[in-house]
Amino acid sequence: MIVEIGHFALVLALGVAIVQGVVPLMASSVNNRRWMGIAGPASIAQFLLLCVSFAALTHAYVTSDFSVLNVANNSHTDKPMLYKVSGVWGNHEGSMLLWVLILATFGCAVEVFGRNLPTGLKSRTLAVQSLITVGFLMFILFTSNPFERLINVPINGNSLNPLLQDPGLAFHPPFLYLGYVGFSIAYSFAMAALIEGRVDASWARWVRPWTLAAWVFLTIGIGLGSWWAYYELGWGGWWFWDPVENASFMPWLAGTALLHSAIVVEKRGALKNWTIFLAIIAFGLSLMGTFLVRSGVLTSVHAFATDPERGIFILILLCIAIGGSFALYALRGPSLSGGGLFKPISREGSLLFNNWILTTATGVVLLGTLYPLFIDAIDAGKVSVGAPFYNRVFIPIMTPLVILMALGPLMSWKRTDAKAVLSRLYLVYGATLVAVVLTYILKGDDGWGGYFGMGLATWLATGVLWDLAERIKLGRTSFGDSMKRLIRQPRATWGMTIAHFGLAITIAGMTGAGNWKVENIQVMQFGEQLDVAGYTYTFESVRDVRGPNYDALEGTFTVHKGDKYITTLKSENRHYDTGGMPTTEAAIYTMFLGDLYAVVGDKSGDGYVTRLYWNPLVAWLWGGTLLLALGGVVSLTDRRHRIGAPKRAQKAAATEGAKA
Amino acid sequence: MKRKTRRLYMVLVGLCALGAVATIVLAALEDDIVFFFSPTEIMEKQDIRTDQRIRIGGLVEADSVKKAADGVTNLFTVTDLAHSIKVEYKGILPDLFREGQGVVTEGYFKGKTLIADEVLAKHDENYMPPEVADALKKSGKWKEGEPLTEALKNGHVPDADKAKDY
Repeated sequence: MIVEIGHFALVLALGVAIVQGVVPLMASSVNNRRWMGIAGPASIAQFLLLCVSFAALTHAYVTSDFSVLNVANNSHTDKPMLYKVSGVWGNHEGSMLLWVLILATFGCAVEVFGRNLPTGLKSRTLAVQSLITVGFLMFILFTSNPFERLINVPINGNSLNPLLQDPGLAFHPPFLYLGYVGFSIAYSFAMAALIEGRVDASWARWVRPWTLAAWVFLTIGIGLGSWWAYYELGWGGWWFWDPVENASFMPWLAGTALLHSAIVVEKRGALKNWTIFLAIIAFGLSLMGTFLVRSGVLTSVHAFATDPERGIFILILLCIAIGGSFALYALRGPSLSGGGLFKPISREGSLLFNNWILTTATGVVLLGTLYPLFIDAIDAGKVSVGAPFYNRVFIPIMTPLVILMALGPLMSWKRTDAKAVLSRLYLVYGATLVAVVLTYILKGDDGWGGYFGMGLATWLATGVLWDLAERIKLGRTSFGDSMKRLIRQPRATWGMTIAHFGLAITIAGMTGAGNWKVENIQVMQFGEQLDVAGYTYTFESVRDVRGPNYDALEGTFTVHKGDKYITTLKSENRHYDTGGMPTTEAAIYTMFLGDLYAVVGDKSGDGYVTRLYWNPLVAWLWGGTLLLALGGVVSLTDRRHRIGAPKRAQKAAATEGAKA
Repeated sequence: MKRKTRRLYMVLVGLCALGAVATIVLAALEDDIVFFFSPTEIMEKQDIRTDQRIRIGGLVEADSVKKAADGVTNLFTVTDLAHSIKVEYKGILPDLFREGQGVVTEGYFKGKTLIADEVLAKHDENYMPPEVADALKKSGKWKEGEPLTEALKNGHVPDADKAKDY
């Protein structure tokens, strides 16, 4: 019964979404405010209906109702509760339901938090948002219904793919979707602005927090996915330039560009057209990511459904959404008045440069991702584009961006004297030089990647700190006064400082993990010792252990540095009761300067094949990613986002005042 | 400087940057992409380049998986049921690596043997990598949906239709 309620709520939600998508747009074209107002309540109704629907599916999973096809295919009674719940989105149908639920959540949030938005803009935004929901609800109801019943109810289910039974991956999809789908709001705002033909500072101020929130979620989602790959796939890598990873990375790059260009619109009224364009691109890439991942056109280390019907449906949605918005953009874009002239060397100029590089990078990833498909389509052979390509292309493209990142915030709006900025940075130059030389001395001459990367990271980190020091006039006024200034810095400044500093940490982590990894593969017998990067591993034992729904082979190592005991590492090779593939749980001990990482493989002769790694600075990668996200959150709490935009709000206040 | 001249300079700088990016990308595409071949295609090639990364796909031949004397190098052959290629891989094979299962390996050729540094077996046991399915179809020994048990006495029946999604 509950399942049918869920199904029914889903159909009702489609009805509501159609009304919300069509009526306000028609009403606003004749300026009928009463009918425009329907968008708000409709968005709340739509959200509640989808909540009911999602809750019904979750209930079916939690109670292991195997009369539902989707549950029977993806769940099992002896799965731990966490994975029963995460099983809801651990499959195609359920994850699409989560997708629309998040779409509706964002719509509802605009209604709830956007009280000061003008009625016209708000209802148009909600209408566009709802049209996207209509598309995806139809997709679910017609091609991937999670509520489909089974006639012959099995005694137990097929369980979730063992690889996905993991805490990191339980939360990876929701975060990724919150990010992906979050860009839909920026898109809807952009569409609404194009329909209205008006983009101004207040528009940018309304759009920015939503973009920022989506960006934070996407950052965390990508980070979780990367972390999972690191400890679960058992070979110590954290980014593979896999097409599926690229599918989430492209919206992230475009979203990052959008975040920065929206600042220019908000502060200076320039780059309006460009910002609208980026909003379309960011969400378009999210949709394309969904298409690539869901349709099975990509070959990747992930295994995905190859259902042509679903692929074509999403492709049509993609064409309508992107084609339609570009048509509208071509029609209305030119009439958006520019403004805020600036010189090339200025804050705006550096933000524009940031945008060029980020969009170029997006284009390169897009090219690399689609190139094999293109080559295959013209029947010129089968190729794959992997890490060597991206490493070669990405480093030269991103380096200027990182260099400029330290300088941009120091520049003033409109025009800056480049020489004056550059001459103040002696400490930054010094620190960078020290970092390069120190890396060279410590690590020797093993490729330029190491000291180049460390130099870049130091440049950015010290540049960010220098900027903060200048803002609080450190050393130019009394220390107490500087501290007062430090406390009074706007949250947005704090957000930027934290995020940029986080990127510096991440770059250092990437450099370390990428250049100085030590990997040893060998056969070891019990009691045998091996030195890896100064740590002595002793292979202690292997035994069988029993988990909640799997048997595992547990290998134990003790690790010493000199005579000092460091830790005991236990890795597992799990075989799940329901069959499926065995999984490897690497044993990892994280330290400030690197991770000890051990995996036990098959039996070989008298011993076992073991893989022991020293993964330097990996903790910095995750730490830096968290700082990036934290910077976004801090910036989100900035006063101006809470107060709202001044311009139009003042007008509204004035008219209200006149009425009173 | 006049506004027009300055704009001209800007455009020139922009074009140069674009050209630089395009050059890097094209050079990287030329050198760093990996070509995929089926075992039959490798056999038909007269000269196998040893400086080019190559990816081959097929099934792990039954009874072909062996360990070299050092205990950690795996030797096996990848077949499209018409021809087989010897592969050497040092390291722990992925969890889903089995005889009779689809596999994609990547590395450089040394003589007639592929020295692989990457072995990809897919995440789901019912799933056949599209590249492998293609290689098998090309060799004419297998059609979509047809069980492989005839050709391979051991193990699972790969079935491209049953791909589990996530």
